Amino acid sequence: MDPLEALVAQIQGLSSTPGDIARLHIILKQADDSLRAESTRLSPVLGQLAPSEHSLGFLYVLDAFTSGQISKQQAETSVPIITGFINACNAEQIRLAPEKFVLVCKRLKDQVMMLEAPIRGAGPLLTAARKLQLSTEHLTPLHSDFLMLCVLAKCYKTGLSILEDDIFEVDQPRDLFLYCYYGGMICIGLKRFQKALDLLHNVVTAPMSTLNAIAVEAYKKYILVSLIHHGQLSTSLPKYASSVAQRSLKNFCQPYIELASSYGTEKIAELEAYVQTNTEKFENDNNLGLVKQVVLSMYKRNIQRLTQTYLTLSLQDIANTVQLNSPKEAEMHVLQMIQDGEIYATINQRDGMVRFLEDPEQYKTCEMIENIDSSIQRIMALSRKLSAMDEQISCDQLYLSKVGRERQRYDFDDFDVPTKFNI
Amino acid sequence: MDADDETFAPITDEVGANGGDEQRSRRPIISGDHLDIEAYASLYSGRTKIMRLLFIADHSSDEKVGNPSMNLEALRMAYDEIKKGENTQLMREVAQKINGRLGPSYELDSAWCDAVDHRAEQKKEKLDNELNAYRTNLIKESIRMGYNDFGDFYYAHGQLGDAFKSYVRTRDYCTTSKHIVHMCMSVILVSIEMGQFTHVTSYVNKAEQAPDALDPITIAKLRCAAGLANLEAKKYKLAARKFLETNPELGSHYSEVIAPQDVATYGGLCALATFDRTELKSKVIDNLNFRNFLELVPEVRELINDFYSSHYASCLEYLGNLKANLLLDIHLHDHVETLYDQIRHKALIQYTLPFVSVDLSMMANAFKTTVAELQKELEALITDNQIQARIDSHNKILYARHADQRNATFQRVLETGREFDRDVRSMLLRSNLVKHDYNVRQLRKL
Repeated sequence: MDPLEALVAQIQGLSSTPGDIARLHIILKQADDSLRAESTRLSPVLGQLAPSEHSLGFLYVLDAFTSGQISKQQAETSVPIITGFINACNAEQIRLAPEKFVLVCKRLKDQVMMLEAPIRGAGPLLTAARKLQLSTEHLTPLHSDFLMLCVLAKCYKTGLSILEDDIFEVDQPRDLFLYCYYGGMICIGLKRFQKALDLLHNVVTAPMSTLNAIAVEAYKKYILVSLIHHGQLSTSLPKYASSVAQRSLKNFCQPYIELASSYGTEKIAELEAYVQTNTEKFENDNNLGLVKQVVLSMYKRNIQRLTQTYLTLSLQDIANTVQLNSPKEAEMHVLQMIQDGEIYATINQRDGMVRFLEDPEQYKTCEMIENIDSSIQRIMALSRKLSAMDEQISCDQLYLSKVGRERQRYDFDDFDVPTKFNI
Repeated sequence: MDADDETFAPITDEVGANGGDEQRSRRPIISGDHLDIEAYASLYSGRTKIMRLLFIADHSSDEKVGNPSMNLEALRMAYDEIKKGENTQLMREVAQKINGRLGPSYELDSAWCDAVDHRAEQKKEKLDNELNAYRTNLIKESIRMGYNDFGDFYYAHGQLGDAFKSYVRTRDYCTTSKHIVHMCMSVILVSIEMGQFTHVTSYVNKAEQAPDALDPITIAKLRCAAGLANLEAKKYKLAARKFLETNPELGSHYSEVIAPQDVATYGGLCALATFDRTELKSKVIDNLNFRNFLELVPEVRELINDFYSSHYASCLEYLGNLKANLLLDIHLHDHVETLYDQIRHKALIQYTLPFVSVDLSMMANAFKTTVAELQKELEALITDNQIQARIDSHNKILYARHADQRNATFQRVLETGREFDRDVRSMLLRSNLVKHDYNVRQLRKL
């Protein structure tokens, strides 16, 4: 019998119970090379297998089918097959062979990029990531690919849904860097600057032994977002950032650091001049849009400072203080800020006066109470998690061996650490 | 008034003995009129007199301060004073500055210079020989006197660094606390002339640790020296306290450094710039000791009283009048602007403190300025958080504004919660990365 047909029969036969599936897995692993050799004959085989029941088998066959070079026309046919598989497959079965699954999804990503339709891959990859995850706190390599496709396709809202989950378990640091970087870009696109800042901060302060390009690019964006959101940049990284980052990151981001110091002088003309002279550098990094937003934020910050000093102010005075060209421009800026909820004011067009009001939030409504309550619950859960992790580490073998080794050196009369822990 | 007269009499006698007539010395020296250089100089003696005259000469060439005749007058008096001493370096400087403008009798007298230098050489040799003799004999007291004489010699000849070193060397040979105090006073004098006020502070502390040898005059001198050191270090509050603690027995005993008018002026201005109302009342206005000093400069007394009773316009007017003459003072010159700014800011803040709303045009009248200028100044103070208020620019009114504690607390709480959330999450993530990294390394090792 044709080995291929025998394999197909086995797949169809052994895909019902977990015990069978385990046996099938072993058989498939052995047959992997032979499958690869016959990649050309595999499309009818795919037709015979049902992705939802025979997911593991389908996966192996699909992997062999898509390995090797694929042209654009072939991509056209294979993309729907992979997409259909991802949507239909059985999560437990594919978790038995995660690397293969990841490989297949990566190939999907390459193919949609080749077809220049990244949006076709976004939806499937989201489903794939959710299926591969062991829990919502787990980061898979698929997350970063998915986010990259979202950025390219500019469908930010889909990306946001996966960013709402907190990540605590990571397999590969590189995945995390890419995930946070693309996630930051998505948040910037949606103007959620605080979340973007958090994500980029994670990249920049992650433990790393050598500097990588992702961290450098992330730091550049971090500087810009920090200026937009906070109006200032702390000059040194926090202590828990890796020493490599603390020493060398600044060297690669020189124009941005100078931009930050020029922003600190609060002179708009200087800032704009600096941006003019360095436009190419910013453009090369694809950050020109963000830089323009930084300049805009300086006007906003100046106007916000005025709310602290004045109750009413004429539009002409605002234009003069904030160094705008005319009262009309001042009016536009103030109007925009009122709409965005950044200041509370009323414009009296007859007198050309702006009246600044206090924040009307009185912290007395039901929504506010619910908000506070949910925050409290969340933080309590977080604290529990923290103590659980602490207990886990103090029982960890590696930790105890390291500590045991050190104690042995200093305290002779204290309790003798059992030799089992001395590695 | 009688009590004042009694304390006045000994002071005027001393001052009168210096050359001015009694009538002139009763008139306030530091006033709004142009500085009377002779009367001013008669308050001081020794090297500081020369340095002050030179300072006036240098700075009276500014258009806003003096007139050229003051310049020449100061140089002439400096020349006369230097001739009485033995400092040829200063003589050369002054002669160069005069540049022949005062006629033939005020040119560089090289004969005099050479004679003085020659005498100096001889004296130095003599002192050297004596000192060596004393050192071989190891008589502590004589060695100390020898070094002291050396110090005096160098000081008279303007070699301040060597004078300082010689005086410091006497320290090892001081046996009684009187010696120590004498040494400290000499070092303080040289340090003030050199402008090294850190030494002044340390030696003042040293001298104050020997309480049994201190008579009131010395204590007063030490306070003045400490006050001067603090003034130079821009610690105006401490300087004010030191000057205010000076007892009036100082008189003109410290004329090599400071005059009682100066104590009043420096103390009064620094106090006004840095004290709050209660301290101002208790330590300056009700201070009986300091009142004696303030009588010597009635303008300063008037302006302090005006400030306390909220007559800001006249207070600022007095300040404006005094400014020209204060800029000619060698110690106060660099600090006049800062002190004036601080006093003006305090006046503005004090004006707005009791009110819920203030009409800006009335306030501008009180401070004799325009509404626009006033608005700018107030804006700076509000941004600096020194005044809690907001300006209604349309109606030109200043409204006091009190922070809403409840809202502020809620905001802070929510913010803290968010930060905690963020930090703990990223911390857990980082520890996970580290654990993963460590595991990988361990696996590789095994």
